[in-house]
Amino acid sequence: MEAPPTRHSVVAAVRSENAEIRRGGLDALVAVYWKPAYKYLRVKWRLSEDDAKDATQEFFARAIEKSFFDAFNPAKGRFRTFLRVCLDHFAANERKAASRLKRGGGVTMDPLDFETAEGELRQHDVAVAADVEEYFHREWVRSLLALAVDDLRDEYARLGKTLQFRAFERYDLDGPAAATPLTYGDVARELGVSATDVTNYLAAARRVFRQRLLDRLRSICGDGYEFEAEARQLLRDGRR
Amino acid sequence: MTWLPDATLDRLREVAETADWPVVSSGRYDAIAVVGRGGMGTVYRARDRELQRDVAMKVLSASTTAVEAVILARLEHPGIVPIHDAGFLEDGRVFYVMKLVQGRPLDEHAAERPLAERLRLFTRICEPLAFAHVQSIVHRDLKPDNVMIGPFGEVLVMDWGVAATGGDLGVGIRDSEGGDSEGGDSEHGNSGAIVVGTRAYMAPEQARGEAVDQRADVHGLGGILYFLLTGAPPEVRPLRGPRALQAICRKARAPLAVDRYGSVQALAADVECFLAGEPVSASPERALERLARFTRKHRSAIVMIAAYLVLRVLIAWLAP
Repeated sequence: MEAPPTRHSVVAAVRSENAEIRRGGLDALVAVYWKPAYKYLRVKWRLSEDDAKDATQEFFARAIEKSFFDAFNPAKGRFRTFLRVCLDHFAANERKAASRLKRGGGVTMDPLDFETAEGELRQHDVAVAADVEEYFHREWVRSLLALAVDDLRDEYARLGKTLQFRAFERYDLDGPAAATPLTYGDVARELGVSATDVTNYLAAARRVFRQRLLDRLRSICGDGYEFEAEARQLLRDGRR
Repeated sequence: MTWLPDATLDRLREVAETADWPVVSSGRYDAIAVVGRGGMGTVYRARDRELQRDVAMKVLSASTTAVEAVILARLEHPGIVPIHDAGFLEDGRVFYVMKLVQGRPLDEHAAERPLAERLRLFTRICEPLAFAHVQSIVHRDLKPDNVMIGPFGEVLVMDWGVAATGGDLGVGIRDSEGGDSEGGDSEHGNSGAIVVGTRAYMAPEQARGEAVDQRADVHGLGGILYFLLTGAPPEVRPLRGPRALQAICRKARAPLAVDRYGSVQALAADVECFLAGEPVSASPERALERLARFTRKHRSAIVMIAAYLVLRVLIAWLAP
């Protein structure tokens, strides 16, 4: 079986002196954080779509250029809190600036799918997001879980386990939001397999999903303390 | 990226928490609760069906090898949790079973203790480390929450998951076959080696992925001493406490290994000297300090001699 790619600490990578490692770290960091950051800027700072797009891209570009993340001290708090505070400072400074500088000078990023993010924003009544910190955390969790789902999908596609992923997709991704709850029997009929197969597919896919989620989480934590605390909150608190 | 509605979000968080339980409970042990989630895997409180007792069951992440189990089996010491069993889950992951320690981590336990008691605890933490070093084993992840204080005051050094044995002390790499170290606290040092440990307590040479020896643990113990003096991880609050203790802490945490204590025993001996009111090797004593220490140590004799001299003077003065 082909081993999934190893994930090392993105937080360490974005602070590396090696430009290539820093670049790789930025890509991985942006993958998890760009949507929460964009939505946060739209909700808390009431930026227009265009301004929020520009600000999101510039924030990450400038964070690398100006080494914002060098100031992060794992002993003093979580990286996601640190990043949100950086984002607040950045937005406040931007607001003060009479004229904007050229965006993202020197650092290029893969195009971000802002239209999808905007569509997601419309699905929520963001006006009622009274606690913006909680909102940012929720979107961070959403982003992390979505990336873990993508990792699982990619891994299963590589291994030719499309049926197994389809069972996971129908029961665990589509099921909770369906008008009428899905049963294992419903999924089995759809896929043309037995309910026992569905049970087995789900058990295996969930284990891999869990592992990919923890891999992602580990890669964006500053150290073991932070990972443990984040994992406790991400997994256990989710059952409340 | 997949869009996940709130209901799916909640389902996935629950799924991720419980996905592992059927496999973990498929053998002799029944998982009851997750009690810890560290760099190398997850620790469950589990029920041993055969012996009808609760145990701690550590399930390693997929690509992690059972170095800790092998190391623990070599370390039979009252300050190190004994290993009962080891094996493979049906999905191939390694697990091992240890005594379930029902204590409190050092950081919680020490909070309300007087300084002398905290220091005596510290010297007891040093004992299993000194024993391990004799076996050429370096812990490499010493921190307050890896030390447990049992209900009867027993001191246990836990989590040997990133320990290194004599054979692989040359670089900070734990997983010899190139697997992912799975360390939440692992990253690449400048040398390209995988660095394991917890940054706030980690020796600089370990953070750089360089060779380590027992002085890396001396540095970790210095971090624990720092915590016991300030109530916070190193460098979060200024070092405080008696000058001699601060000197001991600084020497243990010296950036260069060569400037630290050469062994855990030497560090513990200095702390014991402090507790006994003796001079410590880490700090040259000033004349006044020496006098004060001498006075404290020989208070009874000094009082008796003074009383005797006063009496003699009185007798001579009153004599006709």
